[in-house]
Amino acid sequence: MEILGLYNYWVFAILLLIGLYAVITKPNFTKKLIGLNIFQAAIFLLYISMDKVDGGTAPIIPHGAAKDIIYSNPVPQVLILTAIVVGISTTALGLALVVRIREAYGTIEEDKVISMDRDQ
Amino acid sequence: MEQVIDIISWICLLGGALVVLIGGIGLVRFPDLFTRIHAASLADSGGAILVIVGCMLQAGLTLAGVKLAAILLFLLFTSPTAGYALAHSAITAKDDGLDVDIESD
Amino acid sequence: MIIVFSLFLLTMMVVVALAVVETRNLFAAAMLTGIFSFLMAANFFVLDAADVALTEAAVGAGVATVFFLGAIALSSEHEHSASRKFGLALLAVASTAVVILLGTMEFPILGDGSAPVHQHVAPWYLEKTPELIHVPNVVTAVLASFRGYDTLGEVFVVLTAAIGVLSLLGFPRNNSEENAVNDGLSHQKILHIVGKLLIPLIILFGLYVQFHGDFGPGGGFQAGTIIAAALILYALLSGGDRARRQMPPRLLFGMACLGAFIYAGVGGTTLLLGGNLLDYSVLSHDPVHGQHLGIMLIEFGVGLAVASVMLTIYHAFAGHEHR
Repeated sequence: MEILGLYNYWVFAILLLIGLYAVITKPNFTKKLIGLNIFQAAIFLLYISMDKVDGGTAPIIPHGAAKDIIYSNPVPQVLILTAIVVGISTTALGLALVVRIREAYGTIEEDKVISMDRDQ
Repeated sequence: MEQVIDIISWICLLGGALVVLIGGIGLVRFPDLFTRIHAASLADSGGAILVIVGCMLQAGLTLAGVKLAAILLFLLFTSPTAGYALAHSAITAKDDGLDVDIESD
Repeated sequence: MIIVFSLFLLTMMVVVALAVVETRNLFAAAMLTGIFSFLMAANFFVLDAADVALTEAAVGAGVATVFFLGAIALSSEHEHSASRKFGLALLAVASTAVVILLGTMEFPILGDGSAPVHQHVAPWYLEKTPELIHVPNVVTAVLASFRGYDTLGEVFVVLTAAIGVLSLLGFPRNNSEENAVNDGLSHQKILHIVGKLLIPLIILFGLYVQFHGDFGPGGGFQAGTIIAAALILYALLSGGDRARRQMPPRLLFGMACLGAFIYAGVGGTTLLLGGNLLDYSVLSHDPVHGQHLGIMLIEFGVGLAVASVMLTIYHAFAGHEHR
């Protein structure tokens, strides 16, 4: 199992690269945002993978619990919990921009928008 | 007695897993939308019931067991409704002249 | 056994992410991101992060999918141009891959209790929470009390996002009675009746998550999203115009501001009572009781703000008219 101990981090790397690839190569703005979402999810996975402790449990300490229970690390969880909600809000802002671009240009493909800008 | 409950619970869990697997295969292999909805909703209801009953037998009469029962009740409402809504929308779309057949891509 | 499950989930996530990037149909991509988020939530749960799993399930698999669908309905369902800039992408991806792989080589393996991340401040939080704050859920204690200042900032970021969306798309216009053609899905009788049966139960569950957040997984962020999801379901079932008549977007936006200012107001009160900003111990004669009161108030503010912001954004997309 030693060799699989880094599997989470490999998946983090792969997801990060998939997101990056989509952001660079896809001309469609909605698709770019979806790629950015995958990129963001990869970072969530990195943080949450760090909080795990073997034999541990979620950091909820009942009143009068025994002293020797191992808990996972609460700090990355707090960071990511708020980051998820902030992430969806910023994604919504990006989607609103996409809708406005569509109304202004009639398309949401990056290359067409750029060529229309050049023509003016 | 505990052994018996354990065995029944494992039969339920494995049976549920098998039903979900068969449903998944059906979802991929069936030819058109309506048969696919049939396969998906069958796996969704049947498999979920078996898996959750298996989990409930493991949990026993605890708070977790009651929560599982609530989830089961919720799923029994939602998954047939979802299957119905999907099929209904497909029929409406077909009446409107939209193509609902599975494309080859 | 659990590690096999975890490996399965992680591998599925990679497969789904590839499918999301590959498909040219944006509608399919949005649905697949929902599945991706759900797998991610299950994975968080395996990694002992119950609070985060609940948030990801409610936000990623629930509300985010609806936002994507709303935006796709207003823009375009298909990608038209083919992918390009392969050379640049290859260069960026390859160099990032090298850096990350070099970095992860040095990482402590998963679940290593002696990893540096577990040595610094986390043991202090785990040790002091039962004593100083006396709520079982350490995540809630850190979120709302120890690091309450950060969370205040996050709430204002969420509010700012709502302001941004509204300034881009404008407040949705309330259609008057005469053209109430948009009756949502009310012609689908079964869906309508089952939905109406379930909406109060979902809101009840949201309230449980809100007020049980000190004791189990939950809190304002999760509860806000769950309640918003229930009310979005109502808007989908009964039609946006009707939902907007019953809960006008301007009122929703006001409620979002109110939630954020409840949070800030608790901070101001602690300052006036002679404590530090968001140090709830001064709110009551007994410091621990003061902490409980403070956490309950600011979690209420967070829940109100998050639910209202999500609904405001939903209505901004759903009620937007093509220009």
